[in-house]
Amino acid sequence: MAKGKVARVNGPLVVAEGMKDAQMFEVVEVGEPRLVGEITRIEGDRAYIQVYEDTSGIRPGEPVIGSGAPLSVELGPGLLGQLFDGLLRPLGEIYNLTKSPFVKRGVKLPSLNREKKWHFVPKVKKGDKVSPGDILGTVQETGLVEHRVMVPPYHHGTIKEVVPEGDYTVEDTVGVLDMNGDEIPLKMLQRWPVRVPRPFKEKLDPREPLLTGIRILDTIFPIAKGGTAAIPGPFGSGKTVTLQSLAKWSEAKIVIFVGCGERGNEMTDELRSFPKLKDPWTGRPLLERTVLVANTSNMPVAAREASIYVGVTLAEYFRDQGYDVLAVADSTSRWAEALRDLGGRMEEMPAEEGFPSYLSSRIAEYYERAGRVRTLGNPERYGSVTLASAVSPPGGDFTEPVTSTTLRFVRVFWPLDVSLAQARHYPAINWLQGFSSYVDLVADWWTRNVDPDWKSIRDFMVRTLIREDELRQIVRLVGPESLAEKDKLALETARLIKEAFLKQNAYDDVDAFSSPQKQMRIMKLIYHFYQYGYSAVEKGVLVKRITEKVTVVPDIIRSKATIKNNELEKYDELESKLKAQFDELMKEVGA
Amino acid sequence: MMETSMNVREYSNISMIKGPLVVVQGVEDSAYNELVEVEMPNGERRRGIVVDTQRGVSIVQVFEGTRGISPTGTRIRYLGRGLEVKISEEMLGRIFNPLGDPLDNGPPIIKGEKRDINGEPINPATRDYPEEFIQTGISAIDGLNSLLRGQKLPIFSGSGLPANVLAAQIAKQATVRGEESNFAVVFGAIGVRYDEALFFKKFFEETGAINRVGLIMSLANEPPVMKTLTPKTALTLAEYLAFEQDMHVLAILIDMTNYCEALREISASKEEVPGRGGYPGYMYTDLAQTYERAGKVVGKKGSITQMPILTMPNDDITHPIPDLTGYITEGQITLDRNLYNKGIYPPINVLMSLSRLAKDGIGEGKTRDDHKEVSNQLFAAYAKAVDTRGLAAIIGEDSLSDTDKKYLMFGDAFERRFVSQGVNENRDIETTLDIGWEVLSILPEKELTNIKTDFIKKYHPAYRGKR
Ligand SMILES: Nc1ncnc2c1ncn2[C@@H]1O[C@H](COP(=O)(O)OP(=O)(O)OP(=O)(O)O)[C@@H](O)[C@H]1O
Ligand SMILES: [Mg+2]
Repeated sequence: MAKGKVARVNGPLVVAEGMKDAQMFEVVEVGEPRLVGEITRIEGDRAYIQVYEDTSGIRPGEPVIGSGAPLSVELGPGLLGQLFDGLLRPLGEIYNLTKSPFVKRGVKLPSLNREKKWHFVPKVKKGDKVSPGDILGTVQETGLVEHRVMVPPYHHGTIKEVVPEGDYTVEDTVGVLDMNGDEIPLKMLQRWPVRVPRPFKEKLDPREPLLTGIRILDTIFPIAKGGTAAIPGPFGSGKTVTLQSLAKWSEAKIVIFVGCGERGNEMTDELRSFPKLKDPWTGRPLLERTVLVANTSNMPVAAREASIYVGVTLAEYFRDQGYDVLAVADSTSRWAEALRDLGGRMEEMPAEEGFPSYLSSRIAEYYERAGRVRTLGNPERYGSVTLASAVSPPGGDFTEPVTSTTLRFVRVFWPLDVSLAQARHYPAINWLQGFSSYVDLVADWWTRNVDPDWKSIRDFMVRTLIREDELRQIVRLVGPESLAEKDKLALETARLIKEAFLKQNAYDDVDAFSSPQKQMRIMKLIYHFYQYGYSAVEKGVLVKRITEKVTVVPDIIRSKATIKNNELEKYDELESKLKAQFDELMKEVGA
Repeated sequence: MMETSMNVREYSNISMIKGPLVVVQGVEDSAYNELVEVEMPNGERRRGIVVDTQRGVSIVQVFEGTRGISPTGTRIRYLGRGLEVKISEEMLGRIFNPLGDPLDNGPPIIKGEKRDINGEPINPATRDYPEEFIQTGISAIDGLNSLLRGQKLPIFSGSGLPANVLAAQIAKQATVRGEESNFAVVFGAIGVRYDEALFFKKFFEETGAINRVGLIMSLANEPPVMKTLTPKTALTLAEYLAFEQDMHVLAILIDMTNYCEALREISASKEEVPGRGGYPGYMYTDLAQTYERAGKVVGKKGSITQMPILTMPNDDITHPIPDLTGYITEGQITLDRNLYNKGIYPPINVLMSLSRLAKDGIGEGKTRDDHKEVSNQLFAAYAKAVDTRGLAAIIGEDSLSDTDKKYLMFGDAFERRFVSQGVNENRDIETTLDIGWEVLSILPEKELTNIKTDFIKKYHPAYRGKR
């Protein structure tokens, strides 16, 4: 293992000399306080190290010791419900140890609790032939999640011994594998290098929607299980709130939330609210399915670079157990900036806006780790990693490198619009600029499970919104009065789409989560408004009359927050009122 | 942060001086961020820190600047420790520079606790989420962009706009209702003009609060490093008062634009690759290390509420300084030149303002049950009013529909009745919300779709009768 001495310290970059045996991406300990770092360049016997902790006080001559291993994370029971830092150090445990409200450097704690006993139920027996991914046993980690302990990648052979059902720590040997004559102890605790994607049998196309309960996402720009999405927007436009809503309400079995270079209070918010909130699909506390990774903006920048990989590695690990995993990252721009900062200190040649030339390949590699797969191992199972990430463009300029590059690698785009956000139209997703390439794919699911009209009404809403945009430009030229009555009706319908459907208050208990069935009910009301309106206008009713007489409209708008997901029959009343009020209008014109 | 202490070492071989930097040769073991003392032949002493250390070479950044430093005869003493400043509650009522030296003819701090002014990141697992509503008495803030205890909420100003007056009014009026609190104001004046510093000093003297105010100050003509140290020392004092002395601290930092410009100047002298607008690429992280020093932590009674003030160059909110700030802080209060020119004080553009934490500190049991919905409705209606104004400017007011005309009336009333108020006018939250209802009642009731009918029945002037 490499053993050298510090030659230079420049912020998070340390150069060590005498590092003959160093390997690329090897983890090293730097200086007397044994700060954790990772080798990112080797020149002769000099190793360039990005250090994950504050380097103040480190001086030339201090020791640098290699670990022989790349940056890896601990995997096993005990991840769920915890808050970790960017290197997967348990922040709650760190507080218990140091009793300080601040993160002290040089604190070394394992990610997984070593004392805690888990109830392990073996699923193999002595003499079984096993290969990577086979399930050795299970642990009911939380009320919601059965943790499936797997034969690690690259391990196969015959089970020589297995423990009986009982309580074990993650370090206890729960089985012994005979691998070509070598006896290999198997534990619940495993490690995996974060920069290497975990293996699987085959990658498959996404098939089902990842339902989120957020209407504009589910219906206008849907995401699929195993898909990729980016949500770019200027500060304060709603990236974090949208990602938090996804983490709270989406129909994923496991959620990994990576706070990458963002606010401390946002992570605290999740940590404090998730135990109290219930997963709408299972009724269990949300924290039971969630892992929080926090490298806040004021923490060392090198660990920020790593946190993204830590998050996606956890996601792949749960995917391999056969689960649908959602991993959100807030914000990938901060990760890209960390790359830029570290690249700059290594005096690399900068490309666009100072970002390193490998920015786009790194972004591509990251999104490549999403997908639906047939996993390794028996019994046969499928899992998925869905990646949804915030992008924070400087000045809200979407042409900047991180946003424009990300756009090339994601299949769903939820662009946030500053004028919508300022008008407090949330989620401030621009419905004219957004896109999703999963619409047709999820249409099939909606047809089978909710309503065959979903796709046609959805398309009708999109068309109406596009029409509204054209009409608004005309209004700016000639005023509203000169529009044809049918166009005025289109404007009223667009208003209803925006107010009753697209707008969704993440902080309203009822509105925050809309079941697919509720979404469909609102869509139908809007569609009927247009249909009845159209017939009325044909018969000579003025749209002005419609807005005066159809007084149920404000109630339709309010219904998103007044009608709960389990009382959808209340929509019948709105439907019949709507019909009755239009019938009245028709009578007025004698039709 | 410097744990290992070492003996003092002295060198005198200077190979280069550039901007605030001095390159010293022959130094084998200077520590990163080690404190040094620079002694000039005439006996003058300055301080600096090591910003790059290699075997045989050490680069020192001198706080007070390098003017007058010569490569010959100057001695560089490495002190074997980091930059620490003595901090104490005795700093309240006093004025200091960011190195802790008194600027007010008073005695130096003797008893204080030595602290590294760079601070350490708060562990998110130990943060306590802000939930207590601070009543500032200003409707545009309390009603629509509420400030909570422990929040970091900057004021985005433009040159000549009354950010200082507003900050002073907030400092004077801010209260958490139903509580006699142990409060203090820490004031970091970064590269300010002397008259600006005096404005605040006089203001606090007049309000009798001066003994609760600690002022850390660097002036406009001081070297850039002193400016960058100012908020760090101010926040170190704030942390000490909040987390050791159980005080509720309001930390006002003025003007962060001066801070960022100083940072740019230092970065340029180090020949770093510049980012947007010439500001260094790491400015986001650097600012975060300042702004994140706010909040509450479990097990401590005190809190830090941070209110940085910055000037948007050319009133441009997309300029890197407001942009990066907005990406870190928990909202912003944005001042608007048009409102100012219309004679509206405080000229707060509510649409461009935001309080991200408001949701947790308002509503039933905290302010009033209708608060959230009234606030949502005022925002939606005002946004529509502004939009309609734009349309009216093109096609003429007469071509607008009746409803749209109502929106124009609402927009004006909102600015003149709700936003506008006196410099000494301290409105309680009920008054603010009642004014909100009053201006909303200009609109037809069917437009108030953000408010549930129950609240309309309870608070709308049409149902409440004349008050
Ligand atoms: N769906 C929503 N419902 C209600 N309020 C919302 C919603 N989305 C955003 N907001 C409001 O907008 C504010 C800003 O949102 P958020 O913090 O998500 O912005 P952001 O894009 O993450 O900004 P930054 O880049 O600075 O982190 C929130 O605090 C909240 O007040
Ligand atoms: Mg955010």
